[in-house]
Amino acid sequence: MSAKQKSEAGITHDGHFFSEESLHEMHDQMLFIRRFEEKAGQLYGLKKIGGFCHLCNGQEAVCVGLQHAAEATDYMMTSYRDHGHILARGSDPTAVMAELLGKAGGIVKGKGGSMHMFDIDKNFAGGNGIVGEQVPIGLGFGFSSWYKEDGRVTICIMGDGGINQGAVYESFNMAALWKLPIVFLVENNQYAMGTSLDRASAETQLFKRGISFKIPGMKIDGMDVLEFEKKMSEAMEHARSGKGPILVEAMTYRYRGHSMSDPATYRTRAEVDEWRSGRDPIARLQVQMIEAGLATEEHFKQKDKDIKKEVAAIGKAAEAQPEPDAAELWTDIYSDPIEHAYPYPGSENS
Amino acid sequence: MSKITYREALNQAMCEEMRRDDRVFLMGEEVAEYNGAYKVSQGMLEKFGPKRVIDTPITELGFAGLGVGASMAGLRPVIEFMTWNFAILALDQIVNAAAKMKYMSGGQYSCPMVFRGAGGSAARVGAQHSQSLENWLANVPGLKVVMPSNPADAKGLLKASIRDNDTVVFIENEINYGDVGEVPDEEYIIPLGVADVKRVGSDVTIVAHSRMTGFALEAARVLAQQGIEAEVIDPRTIRPLDENTILRSVAKTNCAVVVEEGWRFAGIGAEISARIMERGFDDLDSPVIRVTGKDVPMPYAANLEALALPSVADIVEAARVACGKA
Repeated sequence: MSAKQKSEAGITHDGHFFSEESLHEMHDQMLFIRRFEEKAGQLYGLKKIGGFCHLCNGQEAVCVGLQHAAEATDYMMTSYRDHGHILARGSDPTAVMAELLGKAGGIVKGKGGSMHMFDIDKNFAGGNGIVGEQVPIGLGFGFSSWYKEDGRVTICIMGDGGINQGAVYESFNMAALWKLPIVFLVENNQYAMGTSLDRASAETQLFKRGISFKIPGMKIDGMDVLEFEKKMSEAMEHARSGKGPILVEAMTYRYRGHSMSDPATYRTRAEVDEWRSGRDPIARLQVQMIEAGLATEEHFKQKDKDIKKEVAAIGKAAEAQPEPDAAELWTDIYSDPIEHAYPYPGSENS
Repeated sequence: MSKITYREALNQAMCEEMRRDDRVFLMGEEVAEYNGAYKVSQGMLEKFGPKRVIDTPITELGFAGLGVGASMAGLRPVIEFMTWNFAILALDQIVNAAAKMKYMSGGQYSCPMVFRGAGGSAARVGAQHSQSLENWLANVPGLKVVMPSNPADAKGLLKASIRDNDTVVFIENEINYGDVGEVPDEEYIIPLGVADVKRVGSDVTIVAHSRMTGFALEAARVLAQQGIEAEVIDPRTIRPLDENTILRSVAKTNCAVVVEEGWRFAGIGAEISARIMERGFDDLDSPVIRVTGKDVPMPYAANLEALALPSVADIVEAARVACGKA
C-alpha cells in the first residue's frame, strides 16, 4: 500500500486497498448483472428466450471480483452459466441480450444462445455446454501461453458439478506436469443441478482436489467481492509467476434454480433465504461502502433505478432486432464454403 | 521420385510443415522419446526438441482438448492418437468442441488442427483395436475427414491438412504403414476434397478408400483378365466428398460398386450410393452394390477375422454382378 493510496478515499480489506472508484465500479457491475439476469428470467417467462437459460443471481461477486484480478489479455472460459462472466468481462450487454433472444445482433450472431457466449476481442472463449468440456480447452489455452511465452494466464472456470468429470483430472495432471499458467476456478454453488455437493462428492472440500497433482488449493468466500478479488489476485500472481496451476474454490450460491425449468425443490426456502438475506454480495458491499462514508443508501436506490432503466432499454433494443438472415444457417461451418453441394430437396443447392 | 514407406511419407509431411511454420507442434502418446508407437514420428524429437514434439500421459480426452484450446489460441496442433480406437475417449472434444466451435462462436473462434493416427482393421488384435470409425466422424458438419491409401497421397494430404484452417480428422491405415510407394522429390500439396482416379476403365466404377483402394486395384487386375475394365476411384477425402469425380465415372460405366472396410449399417458406402442414386440415377443400369465389412465386432481367430473383412474376391464378384457379367 503506497502513501498515496492511504490518503485516497476507499476501503482497505485485509491489507488490500480498494479505491472509491473501483468499489463503485464493482458494485455497479454486480448490480447490473443481477438486474440483467432478472430481465433474462422475465423474457424467458414470456417465451422470448428459448431453450436452456442458466442464471447466476447470487454469484455476481465471483464474476466481478475475478475480472478485477485479471488482465484484459488473460484468457477465460466457463460453462453454460456464462451471462454474468461475459458481462463482467466487458462485452456489449445488448449483444448478450440479443443472443439470448436469438437475434441477428447477438454476440455470436444468434447461433449460440444462452450457453454459448463468446467474445474473442475480450479473450472470452465460451460459453461451453458440456459439463467440464471447457477444462481441457482451458488447458490448451494455458499450453499456448507456455508455448508462446506470452505471459498470459488462463482462468478456467467450472462448477461443483463439473469438477467431478474425468477430463478435469486429465487436465490437472498435464497442467501441473508442464507448469502451465492456469487458474482453475471452481464456482461451488453447492448444487450440481439438483444434486447437493455431499451427495455427489466423496471429498467436499473441492480446493483439495488438486493435491494428488501437487496443485495448491485456495478456498475463498465468493459472496464477498473484496475478499474474492484479493485472494483471486494472489492466485493470478501464482500462475503468472511460472509456479504452475492453482485451484481456487469460490464458495457461492445461486438464488435461482439450475435452469429456468427448475423449481429447486431439493433445497429449503430457509436455506435460500439465509444466503440471500444474510450473505448477498451486493447488499454486503453496499453496507461496507456506506459505513466507509463512500456512498449513501439514497445513492444506491437511485443507482438501482438507473440500472433497471438501462437494462429495460437494452431488452427493448435487443427485442427490436431482426432474426438472423436465413443465409446464416450455412456460414461459419468451414473456412471455405465447400461443403454445400448436397442436393437438399427444394433448396437452391439441389 | 523416391521410393519411401507410408510412415516415412507422413513423417516427411510433418517435418516439412514444422520447419515451415513454428506454430505447428506434435503431441500424443509415445510420439517423442519412443519415436512413435508406429514409428511415424521417428527422429522428430531430435529435430524439433521437447517443446514441439510432446509425449503425453495416456489421457486422450485431455490432450485432444488441449489441442482444441491451443488451436483457438492461434497454434496449429497435430494431435496423434495411437489409434483411432482410443480417440473414442476424446469424441466430446472432437465432435462437441472442435467441430462446432466456429459455428457456436458465430465465426469468432476456429480450430485449425489435425487429429491423426492409425485407423481401420489391424491384424489379430480383436474387437476393440480393429475397426473403422470414419462414418461416425464424417457425419459431423465442421469436420473434414481424410484417408490416404498410399505414400504419395499420405504426404500431400497431410501437408494440406496441417495448413487447413478447419479441423481435419486424418485417419491413417495401420496395415499400410510399411507400404512402399513413389513420392515426388519436390514439395507438393494434394488439396482436400479431390478424388483420384487410380485406374481408368469403362465397364464398372469401383469406389474404395484407404486400404480398400489397394484391394479394389487388385480386383481390377483380376477383372481385366476376365475382360472387364474397372475404373477405380479413391475419394481420398471422405468429407468433403468429391462426388463429381464419382458421378462422371458412373456416367461412363453406368454401374458402381462401393467398397469399405467398415460396417455396412449407415456406412460410407450408404452415403456414396445414395449420392449416386440422387444425382446419377439416370446413368445407372443396375443398383449400386456395397461391399463392406460384416456387421460384427472383429473376431480374433484368423479364419473368422478374414471372414469379417471384405476380400478381393468379394469385390470381383460384386463388380461382375453390377455390370451384368456375373
